[in-house]
Amino acid sequence: MKKEIMQGNAAIARGAWEAGVKVAAAYPGTPSSEILKDIADNYPEIYAEWSPNEMVAMQVASGAALAGARSMVSMKHVGMNVAADSFMTLSYTGIKGGMVIIVADDPNVHSSQNEQDSRNWARFGKAPMLEPADAQECKDFVKIAFDISEKFDTPIFVRTETRVAHADSPVSLEDRKESKIALGLDPKEAAKYVMVPANVRVRRKVVEEKMKKLEEYAETFKYNVVEMNDTSVGVIASSAAYLYTKEVFPEWSYLKLGMVWPLPKKMIADFAKKVKKLVIVEELDPFFETEIKAMGIKIWHGKDVIPNMYELSPEIVEAALKGKKYKAPKVKVKPEDLPRRPPNLCAGCSHRPLFYALKKLGAFVFGDIGCYTLAFAPPLQALHTTICMGSGGGMAHGAMKALGKEGLGKVCAVLGDSTFLHSGLSPLMNTVYNKGNSTTIVLDNRITGMTGHQEHPGSGFTVRQEPTNMVDYAEIGKALGVKSIRNIDPYNMKETTEVLKEEMAKDEPSLILCKDSPCMLLRRAKPLERFKNPVYAINTDNCRGCKMCLEINCPAISWREGAGQTKDGHKRKGTVYINPDQCVGCEVCVQICKYDAIEPGKK
Amino acid sequence: MKDNGKVTNIFLSGVGGQGTILASNILAEIFLKAGYDVKKAEVHGMAQRGGDVTTHFRFGKKVYSSLIKYGDVDFLLSFEELEALRYINWVKPEGKILINKQEIFPPAVSLGNMAYPKDTEKTFKKYFKNNIWMIDGQGIAKKLGNAQAANVVLVGAFSNFFPTFKDEQWLDAIKGLLAPKLHDLNIKAFFAGKKAM
Repeated sequence: MKKEIMQGNAAIARGAWEAGVKVAAAYPGTPSSEILKDIADNYPEIYAEWSPNEMVAMQVASGAALAGARSMVSMKHVGMNVAADSFMTLSYTGIKGGMVIIVADDPNVHSSQNEQDSRNWARFGKAPMLEPADAQECKDFVKIAFDISEKFDTPIFVRTETRVAHADSPVSLEDRKESKIALGLDPKEAAKYVMVPANVRVRRKVVEEKMKKLEEYAETFKYNVVEMNDTSVGVIASSAAYLYTKEVFPEWSYLKLGMVWPLPKKMIADFAKKVKKLVIVEELDPFFETEIKAMGIKIWHGKDVIPNMYELSPEIVEAALKGKKYKAPKVKVKPEDLPRRPPNLCAGCSHRPLFYALKKLGAFVFGDIGCYTLAFAPPLQALHTTICMGSGGGMAHGAMKALGKEGLGKVCAVLGDSTFLHSGLSPLMNTVYNKGNSTTIVLDNRITGMTGHQEHPGSGFTVRQEPTNMVDYAEIGKALGVKSIRNIDPYNMKETTEVLKEEMAKDEPSLILCKDSPCMLLRRAKPLERFKNPVYAINTDNCRGCKMCLEINCPAISWREGAGQTKDGHKRKGTVYINPDQCVGCEVCVQICKYDAIEPGKK
Repeated sequence: MKDNGKVTNIFLSGVGGQGTILASNILAEIFLKAGYDVKKAEVHGMAQRGGDVTTHFRFGKKVYSSLIKYGDVDFLLSFEELEALRYINWVKPEGKILINKQEIFPPAVSLGNMAYPKDTEKTFKKYFKNNIWMIDGQGIAKKLGNAQAANVVLVGAFSNFFPTFKDEQWLDAIKGLLAPKLHDLNIKAFFAGKKAM
């Protein structure tokens, strides 16, 4: 069998292909984004799409499943919040072709707005959930998930997390097997799928029966594995938490859960009896612990020592379980003494001048999820909320209703193009309908930026790079009833500032669209061609060291200490330096400099 | 090669955009083909935007955790000096360290609020004696015609720690991961790096 080193997400894509999946849908979100891209790039037998949001992706997958196809939907943990309404009734209706929901958690919030534990969805939504630990298991679990889904007529979760989704390990490759279920829709099955109360009550019972059968199945599920060793301590764990614990305590006995819902209660009780002391090691919530304690089983250690927040690691597990006996390595340099290196907007990014203008206007900016969230960081500090996809528009409207006319000129909402299409339309519609007056700014950079360039309905391309319809944001605004729609070129800072000032002061809803401002990393949009000069440099004859240009936090610009004076005799403590390897010539700093100290330079 | 029962831990650190992921992919190919179990963990997403990036790379007969235990690093391969210092506590007392001589200023330094740490080499020498090497990966790559090949220059230097592998094995891995038009440059980069240490 051929073995390849694969990322967990690539192994999930491979598993879907080998399982005979026909339809895959997703909305990008770290750490899940690579799954759909990998499918689109490598497996032409699967129809793949970026849906505008996770709820639509969930609907696409469930529709395909209802038509008999094996289907998969993938998203990050918070994507399930958006998809939940479409999901919660699916366990009642069941599916026909197998349907797998991949949900990727982000313990330690490497790139998210919260740390919710997706295992709760399985219990809440009454659906089974598997949890792989490495890439091989990612592939194997996705395949067996389809069998379980069809056997029990249920959608099924496969939950990953950053250290599974973004960890690479060897995977054995197998061939694709087509599903045996015939494609087709049958109107006679409507009672199973029309969830009106009379039908719901029938299906409600089916759900409970299904979960009971799944609980029995869990007892024999081949990826719930007991490893008996030294019986003084027995560990119950799943996924990466199992690997970390096994790494530091290889001598103990283990019950590794591959299926985390429903739990194999008999197997757990049996394992607990065989070991002297029981330990439960799990990341985030005390999910197993609550269930196992409810079974009346005594545990030695669980969340009393294992942290219930951030991610675990071998040393965290070791320190938690060894207590005072744990010896930490010697600290040679205190990390807190070193300058941090947070992510930053790229040199030349069109978000930078826009946020600088908003800062100068003293606006309170209701933000959203995307690269532009980075504008919250010092020294820019020009974004003041980030809650969830699409939240800024609704919140700005609410704030304006609370503030009344006092708020005019001081408040706006910003969101990206992909975010606007994901869930920004309804808030804008609401602002118009309810006679609001807030300003919504769409930072259109022609792509889903932060997650690594995924197409969306406004980018003009499908996931497989086929040209397609491009949403016209101004037409949407018009159709929703916005009368004041303005285009701005964020790189023209004077004009941008004027438009922002005018629109925020208006006692009516406005929509501002950033035009011709593609992402700096989006090669096909040729973002650098719009700049007159490829690079700028400091004229030290003129630089007074006023540090104004440092306020935009451009990665190309840095401070150079050193007392001196300008050519015309102004004393200074240092000058600014522009790194020619990083500068792209966006001219934002040129517009800020009051002393003509920034001039075209040479690459 | 190392004792079969033991897992070897390689920690890579750098700044988003420096090509640490390609370097770790080359390592993964080499050790997988040599018959080892391999695990590698890195964070994608937000960290790509100029933030610090790390890769945990482990190989051995059987590897469980993808994350290296704090303090258990056998080899630290850093693409940037500050990002080497940030992980100095992770390295075992007998660990070996290879650092790219490059300073990339983080915002606090660019703004003049903090100083860029001085004497990276001295600090490492204090604790690791002669087990630290520093090479000018970017300078070497620039001379070859493209600063972007600095990551493969570093891989070339790093290959000296594993003398049982033949050059062809490294080159096969590099060629397998890069587009054909980049092969010549990166083969040169590999050998230049190997010689630089």
